[in-house]
Amino acid sequence: MLYLPHTSEEIASMLKVVGVDDLDGLFSTVPEDCRLRDNLNLPEALSEWELNDHMASISGSMAVSPEYKVFMGAGSYEHFIPASVSYLLGRSEFVTSYTPYQPEMSQGTLQAIYEYQTLVARLLGMEIATASHYDGATALAESLLMAVRITKKRKVAISSLIHPLYRRVVQTYFNPTGYEVLELKYLKNGMTDFTKLDEMDDLAAVAVQSPNFLGCIENLQAIGERAHAKKALFISSFTEALAYGYLKNPGSQGADIVCGEGQSLGIPQAFGGPALGILASRKEYMRSLPGRLVGQTKDLDGKRGFVLTLATREQHIRREKATSNICTNNSLCALAAAMYMASVGGTGIRELARLNHDKAEYLKKELKKAGFKISFDSPTFNEFVVEFPPDFEVTYKRLLERKIIAGLFLAPYYPELANHYLLCVTETKSMDEMDELVSKLRN
Amino acid sequence: MKEISELNLPDDIRYAEDHEWARLEGDRIRVGLDDYAQDQLGDIVFVELPQIGDTFEKGKEFATVESVKAVVECYLPVGGEIIAVNTALEESPELVNKSPYNDGWFVDVNPSDPSEMDDLMTNAECLEKLKGAD
Amino acid sequence: MKESLGTTGLILNEPLLWEKGKKGRCGFSIPRRDVESCPLDEDLTCEGPDFPDLSEVDVVRHYTRLSQWNFGVDSGMYPLGSCTMKYSPKTNEKQAGLSGFSGAHPLLPANLSQGALKIMFEFEQYLAEITGMDATTLQPAAGAHGELTGMLLIYAFHKSKGVRRSKIIIPDTAHGTNPASVTLCGYRPVSVRSNEQGILSAEAIADVMDDDTAGIMVTNPNTLGLFEENIQKIAEIVHSKDGLVYCDGANMNAVMGIVQMGKIGVDIIHLNLHKTFSTPHGGGGPGSGPVCVKRHLESFLPVPRVIQENGRFILAENYPESIDKVSAFHGNFGVMIKAYSYIRSMGPKNLKKASQLAVLNANYIKERLKRTLHLAFDRPCMHECVFSDKYQVAHKVMTLDMAKRLMDYGFHPPTIYFPLVVNGAIMIEPTETESKEDLDQYIEAFKAIVNEARENPDLLHEAPKSCKVKRLDEAAAARKPCLAG
Repeated sequence: MLYLPHTSEEIASMLKVVGVDDLDGLFSTVPEDCRLRDNLNLPEALSEWELNDHMASISGSMAVSPEYKVFMGAGSYEHFIPASVSYLLGRSEFVTSYTPYQPEMSQGTLQAIYEYQTLVARLLGMEIATASHYDGATALAESLLMAVRITKKRKVAISSLIHPLYRRVVQTYFNPTGYEVLELKYLKNGMTDFTKLDEMDDLAAVAVQSPNFLGCIENLQAIGERAHAKKALFISSFTEALAYGYLKNPGSQGADIVCGEGQSLGIPQAFGGPALGILASRKEYMRSLPGRLVGQTKDLDGKRGFVLTLATREQHIRREKATSNICTNNSLCALAAAMYMASVGGTGIRELARLNHDKAEYLKKELKKAGFKISFDSPTFNEFVVEFPPDFEVTYKRLLERKIIAGLFLAPYYPELANHYLLCVTETKSMDEMDELVSKLRN
Repeated sequence: MKEISELNLPDDIRYAEDHEWARLEGDRIRVGLDDYAQDQLGDIVFVELPQIGDTFEKGKEFATVESVKAVVECYLPVGGEIIAVNTALEESPELVNKSPYNDGWFVDVNPSDPSEMDDLMTNAECLEKLKGAD
Repeated sequence: MKESLGTTGLILNEPLLWEKGKKGRCGFSIPRRDVESCPLDEDLTCEGPDFPDLSEVDVVRHYTRLSQWNFGVDSGMYPLGSCTMKYSPKTNEKQAGLSGFSGAHPLLPANLSQGALKIMFEFEQYLAEITGMDATTLQPAAGAHGELTGMLLIYAFHKSKGVRRSKIIIPDTAHGTNPASVTLCGYRPVSVRSNEQGILSAEAIADVMDDDTAGIMVTNPNTLGLFEENIQKIAEIVHSKDGLVYCDGANMNAVMGIVQMGKIGVDIIHLNLHKTFSTPHGGGGPGSGPVCVKRHLESFLPVPRVIQENGRFILAENYPESIDKVSAFHGNFGVMIKAYSYIRSMGPKNLKKASQLAVLNANYIKERLKRTLHLAFDRPCMHECVFSDKYQVAHKVMTLDMAKRLMDYGFHPPTIYFPLVVNGAIMIEPTETESKEDLDQYIEAFKAIVNEARENPDLLHEAPKSCKVKRLDEAAAARKPCLAG
């Protein structure tokens, strides 16, 4: 076996040093009746070449770009990833290292994560960001729990236009805690209705997503003011990080905590994971943040260096009193995001984000021309909802056969939105491809 | 870390089991963390203190002290109302290391029962206990 | 001793990203604009974030230089106890990179994602077989997330019986994630001391197990590298009060093909794919923390679940008792591909061999270093062994100093100051992928360092000397945190 270096002579000599006769003898402390007598019932080993064939044939059955034209976002976005990012991300010094507990030997990871924290904070208009969480959904759940800790209140209000799967994760996290999750309904224009906030008391936080699940850009400023009037923290969530290359960031509109999904920033979709949970906040909440933080400091010679810091918030020190149980996070995904943000740059990210928006507007316009109804008239970024005729399911299936995925069917998530589809257009879709979609929808 | 013989345990103050100290200053009692505790913790990076006006019974948690790799809760050696807190520790938590009995004090307490001081150890008793534990 | 691995080399300085670059550069090929500009209302937009503008060469040099300040398993031995830093096979990376996997949208209809569902379905079964359990969820994104999922399962199980319990038993040797996960789920951890042999006694558990205790969370093998020999008796005691036994499977690398936890009383176990199943740790993740359960807990697992119907795989949501979702989508699928590839490459015999050799390597180190370093528990260990700095304290040399000095010799230090029950702990887990020569070199390095501790302790106090930076001022970093530039 190529990963097991021991020769039989070496095994024999090592067993002698240990003082047992054979490999079985190493397990003398495992009681007889705890031991497995049979072999594991697993498929026999494959050679590297057999594995290649096996995996290639399985992977070949998946519907992916470029063969398929996928006009679906809803929390996972197809964006171009520069070869340089994938290449750099493969460097084994990054890939095969552990959490940087020994800073002198991990300055690469540490500086890179410090830079990531900085770029994320700048993108979202916040002062600080954590080193990463699992995904956008768990980052939201942790943000809400953080608000409960800070305010010592027991209820949170969340918009019904936050990604429905994120809301389910939040509910899972909140179930055993006794804290209550209240939901804010949405208006006919595809925006969160926050008028009911005035009737809610004891709120630790108000959370919305922008652009929201229906693609609409929320009025964060106004919601933030309402939240603050209720002495609640204002949490702004997102699923499409690229939007903030063009849109006004949540920090400048009063958000106290910003959380969401960073997959758009150079991370492959990978059937939903690994992704990148982003969590940023104002500096005053620094000691309540869940998860790891990298900070700048100096070495004995006064040279700049980086360390994991404020570790006393974390489970390995504070145990049951920690701000979170998170240990392993999604560090390499954060690194990918940093590499991506560095590659695109300040000028580039705005141009790229605008291109996303403009392409989506083009498709919207063409669909309108073709007689389809755009469900909500609020401004959107790169996703929007279309109402198709009642028999559209047949068309949708026919399009699938032609390798076009015409958005996400919304009825399973919002039963009142039967015949409504959430469509997404990123920079990966050309005008020709959008024209083709529209013409196939027509017939 | 210091040997027991190197510890500074002044004789004008009293010591609690968890290494808080208490010193009678007029009718108030000043409280802090002793030399042994600051030395064991190492570089102290953050001290979370209560607010003026908070009241605690003797033995209740009133502060937490963080070093780089440890956190300890501190228990009030004498019950009463907090009437002053050492705000200098916000900016300079290292004062607890540098001057545990003077500049690094934590809070002043208006004791509800000053005789609770008598339950605390003298420096000699504290030293004996440390020797025993070693 | 042979020449030490550690040497000097040219290390390049590299500024922070925003200290480089020139406005107007770009390291990204912006796609051609083929649609008209259609600006949003200015009230909604910004000038763009304050990112530096860099060329592709700027970016490539930056991260190449940064990477050279790092040390990984591919650089050398990285024997962090309880972390299982084994070699990550390169073919796994290749498989995860296949476009059918890396480019797949998570909400694809089932008939367009049969490949991914097939992998998940089979992989769940492999993990259930390795642990001796009945069903698996792949949704948890890391070990601690698996622990939380496990606690939620326990909570849901008792709730389904109409009871709410408030405590979970946790041994004093546990990882910090254990009490934190328990608390997140609303339980209160009850700490139990391990006995003089470093393991749990059945009596200690019987003393605390009661009708208000939901179960026990036990790491087996434990963090002292010892097998919890009394596990079956402990499970009986816990079960007799309708509690459940949760096993933290972080140390499963010691017992693959040797112990099936499901057969010895464990009801729930999580695995760390980034430990036992060779997926790389990525400088702190992504990991993956699948949870395997016995049949009586299957209906509580997160949804959707992959099931097979008429030869096709589908995602089933209809499990009313389910704790529901713990991740937005299916968990860290990309990590699962790597672990799946590992299991397929290894096969049943090599998985068992891997555990045997992991235990052999740890015992070899234990035997060869136990006269040099103080051994916390002198008995046969599993995949890791725990020493302490007891013999070096007299020279005012501590575990930290020895750890830092190891870097100068070209090795990553072991886990230090954990488990908490051993003062100045030095926890070494070599893993099976280290050869005898590598172990011998590590042992010789440690012996040399212990000599230095006697003869020239300042060498250790000043270590490391050969890294990019010297010891860093962690106190300053925490007193005046600077978390963004």
